[in-house]
Amino acid sequence: MRQRLEPNRREFLKKCAAGAMLAGGTHRLPAFFSTREKTKVVYARDPLLRGTGSSLDSGRLLKMLDRAVQALYATDSPLEAWKKVAQPGEVVGLKVNGLAGRGISTSVLLVEVVCARLQDAGIPQKDIIIWDRLNADLERAGFRVATRQDHMRCFGNDTLGYEEELAIYGSVGSCLSKTLTQVCDAVINLPVLKDHGIAGVTMALKNMFGAIHNPNKYHLNIGDPYVADVNMLPPIRQKVRLHICDATTAQYEGGPSYMPQWTWPYNGLLMSRDPVALDYTGWQILEQKRAEKGMKSLRAIGRAPDYIATAADANHRLGTNDPGQIEQVEV
Amino acid sequence: MSKTSHMRKGEESFSPKGLRREQDANDALPCDSVLASLSSLGATEHDRRTFLKMAGVPCLTACVSSCVAGWPSLALGAGSAPAEDSRFIVEAQFYEKLPYKKTRCKLCPRECVIDDQERGYCGVRENRGGSYYTLVHSRVCAAHIDPIEKKPLFHFCPGTLAFSVATAGCNVNCKFCQNWDISQSRPEQVRNTYLPPKELAGLAQQNRCPAIAYTYSEPVVFYEYMRDAAEAGHALGIKSVVVSGGFIQQDPLKKLCQGVDAIKVDLKAFSEKYYKEVVNGELKPVLEALVTMRKLGMWTELVYLVVPTLNDSDAEFRALAQWVKANLGAEVPLHFSRFYPQYLLKNLPPTPLETLERAKAIADAEGLHYVYLGNTPGNAAENTYCPKCRRIVIERIGFTVKEMHLRKGKCEYCQQAIAGVWQ
Ligand code: SF4
Repeated sequence: MRQRLEPNRREFLKKCAAGAMLAGGTHRLPAFFSTREKTKVVYARDPLLRGTGSSLDSGRLLKMLDRAVQALYATDSPLEAWKKVAQPGEVVGLKVNGLAGRGISTSVLLVEVVCARLQDAGIPQKDIIIWDRLNADLERAGFRVATRQDHMRCFGNDTLGYEEELAIYGSVGSCLSKTLTQVCDAVINLPVLKDHGIAGVTMALKNMFGAIHNPNKYHLNIGDPYVADVNMLPPIRQKVRLHICDATTAQYEGGPSYMPQWTWPYNGLLMSRDPVALDYTGWQILEQKRAEKGMKSLRAIGRAPDYIATAADANHRLGTNDPGQIEQVEV
Repeated sequence: MSKTSHMRKGEESFSPKGLRREQDANDALPCDSVLASLSSLGATEHDRRTFLKMAGVPCLTACVSSCVAGWPSLALGAGSAPAEDSRFIVEAQFYEKLPYKKTRCKLCPRECVIDDQERGYCGVRENRGGSYYTLVHSRVCAAHIDPIEKKPLFHFCPGTLAFSVATAGCNVNCKFCQNWDISQSRPEQVRNTYLPPKELAGLAQQNRCPAIAYTYSEPVVFYEYMRDAAEAGHALGIKSVVVSGGFIQQDPLKKLCQGVDAIKVDLKAFSEKYYKEVVNGELKPVLEALVTMRKLGMWTELVYLVVPTLNDSDAEFRALAQWVKANLGAEVPLHFSRFYPQYLLKNLPPTPLETLERAKAIADAEGLHYVYLGNTPGNAAENTYCPKCRRIVIERIGFTVKEMHLRKGKCEYCQQAIAGVWQ
């Protein structure tokens, strides 16, 4: 079946709500669909995340994750919060970003602590899939490819491939990853806070390029409106429930490749259910760093990520990029 | 994997699948794959030796019009198909190295600047550690024997066959693409076979094809393979013809013209707006490429796919015809082709015949000598008429040449020279 979705919000909301019910009926539409509530972006930081060395301290990382998820879901315990993310019986995909190798990819340790908390929330190992575009990308980032069905799985789209039919929205026509469409019930998006030489920045919205077969076609015009359109494809829009941006190490220039001279230890996480608000917030962090380093803004050098604004417009409504509507919570 | 090792399963399994494409569209993938007989034998996988044996079976040329199975099938999700095979990876011929391991591709006007481990817009060229590589040398995802008229080339060895090949990838993304499942895919997302230049030329010869055609997707993106194959073909007396959008830089084009015999260019519209919005490309470099081809003496034909409401105004037809006459010459054949809704343009109807006839009337009136209508089987505008005496010099039915009234490239009736490559 070819999927063609016109940018009609009412239709979409109907479908989205139906999708949520099918997935167990427990998932409310994200907060940004409400016109009254502000959308939350949680910054969690820990200056001692690396102790005195260069590698991350898993205990401190877990605590930082707990603080963030608790703040985002306004719960008394992290467990309660994770239970709102996914339910036992659901298969949860963790969409990481491993393109740039170990230097500036989603950290294996972060994925481990997320997996630990999912298991605490009743998701068995066999229902967790760490997933990215290619097995090679995962391996470069330090993950081990694993496909046994009775264990935690980790594989690229090259393992199951892509749907044969196109999913279409706006300017985008793509075949979606079968891992997303056929295996995962819910997705936790785990991008990295970094610069992108073509698209301006790459975080939550852009990380979904890893779910389509033809991302190379959609870097034109600094990714606008393609990045927003990809995120409108129903399986992405319906299944991605949480965005945790790995900002333990961030990169403000030279991305998406790892350029150590332009990275810094931000020692933090950004978490939101609104990918637009998260990306907007992350973009400002990168701009601030660029300014500190005496570099021109992305706008000044002609690669401002305007797809973030497009994702917030009336045809997309994927979230908000209005600072007045974003509640920034620091924990 | 070493160059002499056996092919991997994922790269060479051809499972017959339903064909989704229009059968009568010019140079859409046909259902008469040279591998069709494998399907009829019930084979779903085969090694390279089997492929060569089957493709070399003499009766295949006779079976060319039989509809057996749709190959290649899009193998998005082709199980464990490996992305990596060193036999397909050859350093690109046109690129420059940039600081920080970046590269700038100089093959097509897009000039992609690519980070390490990333690919260009076409999806088949990759930066590896600061050097740039094609991933599709000898990596064939479609191989068929077609009449040369199907390209369409009407003034180039009429009535002969072209051994037609493609790899994955394209440097534009036309919303009407009829072969999007290979052109808009990466090589590891489709099923491929290893077909190095000499073997391709040998297959063309065995199958009595006087030409190899590089077609279906966009040969510019498999440039290195095309040039090597053309050279191997010439060594055996086999010509090479290119079916392209003409979106290529001048330097690679000039080198290409030294090694091939004809180029058919899909001139998709005569406005930059259409190129930007429908093609994701640019018109100007295509026009420049056409002028260069003609200056270099390359036999060139043009196809203009007429898409209702988007590129079908009288003014655009007229401007196109005037430009062709002034810059390429009145003798360059122009084929107005009928659009069928597909891929991302399903909301438009097929081109009405009257629109095509209007286009032809305008181009005729502007003085072009050879204006054809395509995807309109049985139409009188499929024939070639002598520009002087107006009699039919080549009569066609669809892609089949019924009668020829040419002698040594001249009209049999009035001795008028008919432009083209006739043998
Ligand atoms: S050939 Fe491919 S990589 Fe090179 S400039 Fe064109 S689209 Fe980009």
